[in-house]
Amino acid sequence: MALYNSILDLIGDTPLVDVSGLSPNPRVRILVKLEGQNPGGSVKDRVAKSMVEEAEKDGTLVPGQTILESSSGNTGIGLAMVARVKGYPLEVVLPENVSEERKQLLAVWGAEIILSPGREGSNGAMRMAQRLAAENADRWFPFQYGNHANPKAHYEGTGPEIWRDCPEVTHFVAGLGTSGTLVGVGRFLKERKPSVQVWAVEPPAGEMVDGLKSFDEGFVPPIFIEHDGYELLDRKTVVGTRESVEWTVRLCDVGVFAGISSGAVVAGAVRCAQKIDEGVVVAVVADGGWKYLSTGAWTEDIDHVVERARGTIYF
Amino acid sequence: MPVDVRLPTVLRQHAGGMASVKANGTTLAEVFDDLVRQFPGLAGQVVTDNGTLHKFVNVYVNDDDVRYLDKLETKVSDDDVVSILPAVAGGALATN
Ligand SMILES: Cc1ncc(COP(=O)(O)O)c(C=O)c1O
Repeated sequence: MALYNSILDLIGDTPLVDVSGLSPNPRVRILVKLEGQNPGGSVKDRVAKSMVEEAEKDGTLVPGQTILESSSGNTGIGLAMVARVKGYPLEVVLPENVSEERKQLLAVWGAEIILSPGREGSNGAMRMAQRLAAENADRWFPFQYGNHANPKAHYEGTGPEIWRDCPEVTHFVAGLGTSGTLVGVGRFLKERKPSVQVWAVEPPAGEMVDGLKSFDEGFVPPIFIEHDGYELLDRKTVVGTRESVEWTVRLCDVGVFAGISSGAVVAGAVRCAQKIDEGVVVAVVADGGWKYLSTGAWTEDIDHVVERARGTIYF
Repeated sequence: MPVDVRLPTVLRQHAGGMASVKANGTTLAEVFDDLVRQFPGLAGQVVTDNGTLHKFVNVYVNDDDVRYLDKLETKVSDDDVVSILPAVAGGALATN
């Protein structure tokens, strides 16, 4: 520990912890990178800082300008902290069915919340933010799904940290939202060690996809396409809510209090450990459990928790 | 050998409103050929005319996205569930 000039200097350089006690295969180690240790509480602090500082550098964001972004929570919270410290007003388009704690945290940092329809999920929030940004050209719209500073934060931060702390890595597993984590870290690790396998974990697609009228209304993040996501990923797998909650709870056995998406990612790491003969799996724990206490995941009957989680966005 | 194919809402109009149908094949390509034989309205919807998956469609065998398995050559067997879903932004909703 040391003396820091700004809270923003505490973003990144997160710990990597051996949780091989959860591995079903004695020849496979599992390590988790604890992104909840970031000051704003999630992996998205890295992305928020990176997008804001790139825009300050190239002049697209000027002092006092209002920032407008869509988020299922963590990017909004990270941006809200960075924006507050740097003096930018912030508006966040948030699906109404995210956990209550995510809304509360945005309020803590003084962000203005604009709610989008829950059944449209993150997709709907993104579309609404795109519309609002087009109508309000005075706002700065970082658009995390298409902003190269998003994967860059992982290519220059998360990836090198993993490589520094664990060059033995054979598999990298992370959640897939914007794809920033996977394409940024995936590219960095494969450049150093082409044999590294990159696994994406997704939550199950819910009712949100029912609203689309045709496949042509679908969306693949521009950063995924432009950063060769199709070539970088070796596997993409869906982990259901029950299994995600079960692994979120099991993480406590090794002292890790994490969010529900991390339970999904660790479930993916465990499936990976079952499939391979030997190796070292590095998985990303995107945030801590604090924002999910209201789900009752750790203390209540799992059927009840899964039922309550139905319709809630946790990625 | 029939497999279970789950259809997204946008395709059900072409399959008599059904959410789930049976189709035969040992690879995904064969399964989709059989689907189109049963429901001609599905032609070109999932597999484009040049034989690749539609850009905004994700196809899963059980839990795995077939783009990272063997794409349309991915093998399927009896108990497998094939799910077709539109690609959308970000985390989805928790429903199971
Ligand atoms: C809790 C959580 N897990 C995983 C992700 C996915 O990360 P990325 O957007 O880098 O794909 C996000 C962000 O969307 C998140 O908030």
